[in-house]
Amino acid sequence: MAHTLKVNGATHSVDIDDDTPLLWALRDNLGLTGTKFGCGVAQCGACTVYVDGKPMRSCVTPVSTLEGREVTTIEAISGREADAVQKAWTAGDVPQCGYCQSGQVMSAVALLKEIKKPTDRDIDLAMNGNICRCATYARIRSAIHDAARTLEG
Amino acid sequence: MTAHDINLSRRSLLAGAGALVIGVNLPRGAKAQSGAAQAFRPVGGAAAFAPNAFVRVAADDSITVLVKHIEFGQGPFTGLATLVAEEMDADWSQMRAEHSPADVKLYANLAFGVQGTGGSTAIANSWEQMRKAGATARAMLVQAAADAWKVPAAEITIEKGVMKHASGKQSGFGAFAEAASKLQAPADAPLKQAANYRLIGKEGVVKRLDSADKSRGKAQFAIDISAPNMLTVVVARPPRFGGKVGSFDASAALKVKGVVDVKEIGSGIAVFATGMWPAIKGREALKVTWDESAAEKRGSRELIAEYRALSRTPGKSAGKHGDAEAVLAKAEKVIEAEYVFPFLAHAPMEPLDGYLEWNAQGALARFGSQFQTTEHQTIATILGLPPEKVQLETMLAGGSFGRRAQVSQHLAAELAMCAKAIGPNRPVKLVWTREDDLAGGYYRPLFLHRMRGAVKDGKITAWSNSIVGQSFFLGTPFEAMTVKDGIDAVMVEGAAELPYEIADFACEVHVPKVGVPTLWWRSVGHTHTAYAVEAFVDELLQAAGQDPVAGRLAMMGKEPRLAGVLKAVAELAQWKGPDAGNGRMRGVAAVESFGSFVAQIAEVSLEGGEPKVHKVWCAVDCGVAVNPDIVRAQMEGGIGFGLGHALYGEITLDAGRPVQANFDTYRSLRIHEMPAVEVTIVTSTEKPTGVGEPGVPPIGPAVANALARLGQMRPRQLPMVGGTV
Ligand code: FES
Ligand code: FES
Repeated sequence: MAHTLKVNGATHSVDIDDDTPLLWALRDNLGLTGTKFGCGVAQCGACTVYVDGKPMRSCVTPVSTLEGREVTTIEAISGREADAVQKAWTAGDVPQCGYCQSGQVMSAVALLKEIKKPTDRDIDLAMNGNICRCATYARIRSAIHDAARTLEG
Repeated sequence: MTAHDINLSRRSLLAGAGALVIGVNLPRGAKAQSGAAQAFRPVGGAAAFAPNAFVRVAADDSITVLVKHIEFGQGPFTGLATLVAEEMDADWSQMRAEHSPADVKLYANLAFGVQGTGGSTAIANSWEQMRKAGATARAMLVQAAADAWKVPAAEITIEKGVMKHASGKQSGFGAFAEAASKLQAPADAPLKQAANYRLIGKEGVVKRLDSADKSRGKAQFAIDISAPNMLTVVVARPPRFGGKVGSFDASAALKVKGVVDVKEIGSGIAVFATGMWPAIKGREALKVTWDESAAEKRGSRELIAEYRALSRTPGKSAGKHGDAEAVLAKAEKVIEAEYVFPFLAHAPMEPLDGYLEWNAQGALARFGSQFQTTEHQTIATILGLPPEKVQLETMLAGGSFGRRAQVSQHLAAELAMCAKAIGPNRPVKLVWTREDDLAGGYYRPLFLHRMRGAVKDGKITAWSNSIVGQSFFLGTPFEAMTVKDGIDAVMVEGAAELPYEIADFACEVHVPKVGVPTLWWRSVGHTHTAYAVEAFVDELLQAAGQDPVAGRLAMMGKEPRLAGVLKAVAELAQWKGPDAGNGRMRGVAAVESFGSFVAQIAEVSLEGGEPKVHKVWCAVDCGVAVNPDIVRAQMEGGIGFGLGHALYGEITLDAGRPVQANFDTYRSLRIHEMPAVEVTIVTSTEKPTGVGEPGVPPIGPAVANALARLGQMRPRQLPMVGGTV
């Protein structure tokens, strides 16, 4: 059936089954491929998007639950935290294959919006749902600390 | 077995796979230009100057390097661009990189003879070739400027991409790109002296070319491809290896909204749909009866029992000097250890996938191709098209760890079979789910090592190792080339010869026939041999009352580079023995693989009965470290990858069926389990060797050796935590 999805500020109508995960609606129907598929069962975080500003695993979020809610994807994140995180990611050469990094960045930006100066423990808690098979974790951790420092001003 | 032999065996392997050219010179001249230039799709404006197959200079001063190696994280885009930029004295900001097209004549891996990536060879085989490509481009641009300025070429210098003459004339490359393209390429443009390097080996001057896009969700992977009219395909494959389709009923699947067609192909039943979700739902609605008459039905438990029994019988000799059996028979005390290594999946973050469009005129395949030459041929053969009508575009891939380096070509074949089944002018995108990936075989084979050793007067006097496991070459067309006298060199690399001087030594191997498809996995044989050797040597040294570092060094007289990294890591960690003095213990391991030398020290404690790895110190000698920060990144990533699998990774077969379905059961290392890592790179003037794999082998045994000092046994069966067999 037709579903109205509000994504990155624009409203779209897509004719797909109710149980279609947001992930596939974004990728296959809206052409927003920055959000990645890694597991399909909320285990890896590659598909992380914001729903009403909160990080969610889009692979297990059916489109039928999104009526009237706002979805933000990696393509549209902006603001101080997003800038700081993406700059730190580039400066620290965090990515290797890069496939998990959309999800990592989404989780990291959400963390810094919540906690200005995260401890290592805060980082563990916020980021341990995001798998990186290339194991770029050490750089992810330092980049988050670096981003927090630039946000301090 | 030295790294050199390995390269040779791989070269003959791939050359035998239908490849054509061995020994490729740097292509120059008009012919080479047209081939590559045709396929080249400009990124930031048309290239005005294409001096060879690798370098494109555009009017806007950008320099694009065509990279023959697939970029899936190990950094060849950046590494090969560094070599070109160095010789051109380019400014790093003007460098770009993209994959070269598939063309064995221009882009063969010089270690293989065909186009392909693997064995940590990207930098090693490109070292001369890419510097020459850069030097040639430089010479032609300088000549073009010299002609225009009417000054001798020798008087022109280049700094950060700006050509300068004492007369005050100066210019970027772009302005002379067109003029340079009309000149004859010089036969042997001189290479820079190492003392004049500004980029190679320098800290902080080179950043990865792909970080920005990858941090913004902009990098394009095969899974991101879409095209008008394209269908997404998932395939139902047999639940046991060696099974095939008996019969199937697609009626319910065809009723799923978005499912367009269902076809039987060689590997199973392909469901074609308008998107991934309908394809998955359609597959769930299929009713398939599998014919499992020829399927492998043994489970891991049965295989281990069989391997154990085999390990106690004489095998084929893979290495021998002295008479280990005689010494062991007379020894006062024989120390024994059996190590069992499970099947492991590579589980690259982006599962296998690929795109293909075709019709009678030709085909375009786009995917993370790691063996372009053979995959190109496979696709052409299945589609019944002449190879020159099939284009293969290599995409960035979300990791491989060996999974995309397919001896069997099964992904390329399945992609072509899907495209053929649905017919021409209907582009397809084949996607494997994570469940497909983990149940799909091509695992690191299950291995068992039975070790026996003796010590006397503080010395290791005898060493015997009996290895049992599958060879992923036996039973393939490559068998004759990689298996000599029943010994598959990559099964025993690192174990058939030790870096330690031990008077009486024997290594034997058994290769049982098992119907589980297996494949190389990041660091290949060293994934198990390094653990068996480095844990056992540590155990023997402990029994002999020797320090793990000093004891190893005392036996490493003929291995100066391996000894060098061991000393370097001991210094970095301020090694004073295994006791870290804070309730934690330290374990050490040192391994040569792929011509690179890596030693690691892991500091470990037990938390809730599980190993917690706090810190890893790592020393690496990979010859000239072209990009020191990428070397560090590969050591960090290799340590995390190796550690995650040593701690948690296993694919268990239950009556032939893989048990672990997704990351909930195939436990992957997560951020809170990643140790702090400190890397030191040993300065070297040797030719560069690879770093993609060599960071992996030492970490497992280093942790095991620390656990031994924490009062645990060195884990005899991996994974260390939560094993299910
Ligand atoms: S794809 Fe959604 S968490 Fe893995
Ligand atoms: S960078 Fe490859 S999976 Fe994270």
